[in-house]
Amino acid sequence: MTARSATAGRPLLYTSYASDMALLNTRAKQVGVLVVLLLAAGLPFVLLDPDLQLVATACVAAIGAIGLGLVTGYAGQVSLGHAFFLGIGAYTAAAISGDPDGRTIGLGVTNMLVWLPAAGLVAGLAGVLVAPLATRLRGLYLAIVTLGLVFIGAHIFNEWSALTGGAGVGRSTARLEVFGYRIDQTGVYFTRDQKLYWLMLGLLVVFAVAARNLARSKVGRAFTAIRDRDIAAGVIGVNLAKYKTIAFALSSFYAGCAGALLYTVSGYVEPGTFNLLLSVQYIAMVLIGGAGTISGAIAGAFFITLLPRLTRELPALLPFISGEASKVPNVFQVETILYGSLIIIFLIFEPRGLYGIWVRLRNYWKAWPFSY
Amino acid sequence: MVDVLEALARGLGIGSVYALLALGFVIIYKATRVISFAQPAFMLAGVVIVTFLAKSIGFWAALAGAAALTAVLALGVERVAVRPMIGKPAFAVAIITLGVDVVIRVVVNAFIGLDVRQVDDPWGLRIVSVAGVNIQQRHIAMFVAAAIVVTLLFVFFQYTRMGLAMRAASFDQETALAQGVSVGAVFALSWAMAGALAAIGGTFAAAGTDVDGAFWVVALTALPVIILGGLDSLPGAVIGGLTVGVLQELAAQYQNHAPWLGGNVSIITPYVVMLIVLLVRPYGLFGTREVERV
Repeated sequence: MTARSATAGRPLLYTSYASDMALLNTRAKQVGVLVVLLLAAGLPFVLLDPDLQLVATACVAAIGAIGLGLVTGYAGQVSLGHAFFLGIGAYTAAAISGDPDGRTIGLGVTNMLVWLPAAGLVAGLAGVLVAPLATRLRGLYLAIVTLGLVFIGAHIFNEWSALTGGAGVGRSTARLEVFGYRIDQTGVYFTRDQKLYWLMLGLLVVFAVAARNLARSKVGRAFTAIRDRDIAAGVIGVNLAKYKTIAFALSSFYAGCAGALLYTVSGYVEPGTFNLLLSVQYIAMVLIGGAGTISGAIAGAFFITLLPRLTRELPALLPFISGEASKVPNVFQVETILYGSLIIIFLIFEPRGLYGIWVRLRNYWKAWPFSY
Repeated sequence: MVDVLEALARGLGIGSVYALLALGFVIIYKATRVISFAQPAFMLAGVVIVTFLAKSIGFWAALAGAAALTAVLALGVERVAVRPMIGKPAFAVAIITLGVDVVIRVVVNAFIGLDVRQVDDPWGLRIVSVAGVNIQQRHIAMFVAAAIVVTLLFVFFQYTRMGLAMRAASFDQETALAQGVSVGAVFALSWAMAGALAAIGGTFAAAGTDVDGAFWVVALTALPVIILGGLDSLPGAVIGGLTVGVLQELAAQYQNHAPWLGGNVSIITPYVVMLIVLLVRPYGLFGTREVERV
């Protein structure tokens, strides 16, 4: 009897370690992921361009959220400094691909295959520089230190106007181009936003699979050991300093890549963007989605990014809410209040986030009609 | 020399405000082992209440009213958002307070609107001259206010039953509970005190300046202060506050000598100081060192 037929009809029976640890270890997951990917790939033929732009932004935000999920969700090191690393990525990419004769620093290397890894590496390097603090500090001390990073970063971004264009002015971002082929221009067959979306979706898949693979490797297990009890992890031989440094470097690498891509959708970036609220948004993505899971981080990123699109519809339903920023109450205030209250509600009632809700739903229907 | 003394006076004034704000953080931390990121929102709420009340009932009555109202607000937050989380990781509770902060600030900002508001304090920008050194009256007021509050807190913690209960609870919650201390009441009172301290500190910080939507950032400076002094040290909060205030004003005074740092470098001085101190002493200057070795 082969392993194949022995497991047929028994989805939770694994006959080898490899099949237990496989990326998609059940048939349901294999089919589910394939269906989701096919639907996602077909989205540009259904959605209008502005909505497509938003979904593309959500894909990039998901890359950043996965990065924060690695350090906060898997390794358990609270980082409020994600905005700082996003900013480093955005400006590295913009500087490398920028116009050499322009108002701001530019090297004129517009190939995405150059500026995207470079942005990740520079941000990752910054993460390594921060790591010594992380290896000495724990818990809330670390949270406050990383919060300090955001403020120091905001100061540098605001003052270094040769790089960033200065506060309130900003600069154009990196150009989406691969060996001379412009992704950010409408071509003969597809519009700019369709191509943009496919690019971001593809990158998200690459980054997500990489993170998932990392999480089920030796490094990922070391991360979770540190998260669950760092002293116990140290006792069983996990090198805390090394793995905390790796966690910060990886998280910052993801943040750098996400930052480089995030603002290419609008083509413009202003230094005031990289503030504490941005960090809080990413924390919200990870927590609302479900800390310690890759799919949760993606779900959270989509949820938070698409939330404004939904609240924009509110004035039509609830006439007392205004669509203009100058009136009270307006949709922007409702949006911010929603971020805040959703964080509170999820942490109190469903700490595992959207992922936890999915697990509960799945378990309910698995045992249906005997689910009690 | 006069420059240095004037900067020192300014720094001690601003530092007193930081000390008041930091005391709120430390009181909550000692009772519940949680850092409340909601302090900036409490501060902003308190200040805005003062700006609305001061016109009709005067500055001092408005200050007392705002402190009381903010304490009630903090009590409500503790009951609704923090009490259900007892026993959960400190990080989760800290993030909840971050959510609370965002929500309250949006609501308070709606009351500020697009214009700026004043607390109508009695000092404005008037100065007194002491031996040729010009000192702003508001900075003296800040220092005196902080001195009074710190003295009151000292008396409270040292000589009252509730103060003793709070010290006991922060030392060991279960043992305190076994001795008949209502730890729940300690939690609630800590939050109320932190709310009132935030309102008082914020109002003095707003003396002589305008209150707008960005005013809450002042309260965040208390974070480097408590890290500098140690999360669980009340004297550390006071000394840290004064130190950070003085360093910040000195940086503002002499930043022209280092133009490559950019303008307004004094804003980030506290954070830089914090990073340097943490590299040398991870538990701050006066914080309790957790004995854990791997």
